[in-house]
Amino acid sequence: MYSGLTAEEIRITGHGGDEINAYLARPVGPGPFPGVAVIHHMPGWDESTIEIALKFALHGYLAIVPNLHYREGPDSSPDDAAAASRGAGGVPDERFLGDLSGAVDHFASLPEFNGKAGVIGYCSGGRQAFLAACSLEIDAAVDCYGAFVVGDPPEGMPLKVTPIVHLAENIHCPLLGLFGNDDKFPTPEHVDVLEAELKRVGATYEFHRYDGAGHGFFSTDRAMYRPEAATDGWERIFEFFGRYLVTA
Amino acid sequence: MCSYVTVKSPVTGSGKGSAGWFRLSHAMTYFDHPYHSPYEHTLNIDFVDEAAGPSARVAVELTADSARELVRCIEEALAAAGDVAGG
Repeated sequence: MYSGLTAEEIRITGHGGDEINAYLARPVGPGPFPGVAVIHHMPGWDESTIEIALKFALHGYLAIVPNLHYREGPDSSPDDAAAASRGAGGVPDERFLGDLSGAVDHFASLPEFNGKAGVIGYCSGGRQAFLAACSLEIDAAVDCYGAFVVGDPPEGMPLKVTPIVHLAENIHCPLLGLFGNDDKFPTPEHVDVLEAELKRVGATYEFHRYDGAGHGFFSTDRAMYRPEAATDGWERIFEFFGRYLVTA
Repeated sequence: MCSYVTVKSPVTGSGKGSAGWFRLSHAMTYFDHPYHSPYEHTLNIDFVDEAAGPSARVAVELTADSARELVRCIEEALAAAGDVAGG
């Protein structure tokens, strides 16, 4: 555990050369430290996601959280920007990838970076973590109950979200998936389909599914928090990132 | 779940946000994770003026039961107003 941290809001270059904001948490020390980009959920660039970044820094990772809704409200609070993003149809996948790529590239400017970068996403960010694993040059990815990797979204859904399981054949890196068996988005059957596709393409992956847990079981400030699943999940995450990202 | 479903409806009236009163253009209604309420899912309504930017927003996050009760109360209040409320 690294008790000394520095953490601050920074500016990074995102999709299309746009400047967006991000939260960066770093352990104090010379490193070398791997990097983890944390993808926030639909409600936005919020306190709970920033707390996740702080947890990674405590465990010896450089952690960055790009604000994927920055453009919708550069002068607004993150919750207002998230609402505006939702109203405008959500974050297009291409723009997300550009912003995440900018966040991962930022690690290279830090002298203590060890050159290995992973991503982790929760909820809608879980789908985006899978998308990143299939689209960007990263070293490991964690999908926490990402919806609509598999399965058609509800009829008439106005957001620009489509199933992306077909991208599995492009997957670049090992994938860890953590799912609750009581979840409706994704259902255990959706997870089965994703796992079958990963097997078919010969991907390196590891799935853990928790009984008695539904969507959002990592959320400590919500009724769906399941301490047993979340505690085990965190152990899996650090073991997985430790295997693929830590170099010293 | 992340339902992703947002129902957008035009509204006429005013709301009071962090910067005071403003005219409303739309209500965005969705059942999904809340930002603030400590519940798994809530019925969320954002009353907004789209032309005025993201900060022109009055947000509520209601449990499903309280949202249904609110719908009933709105209907009751409108019905009690009779012809004055039209409809």
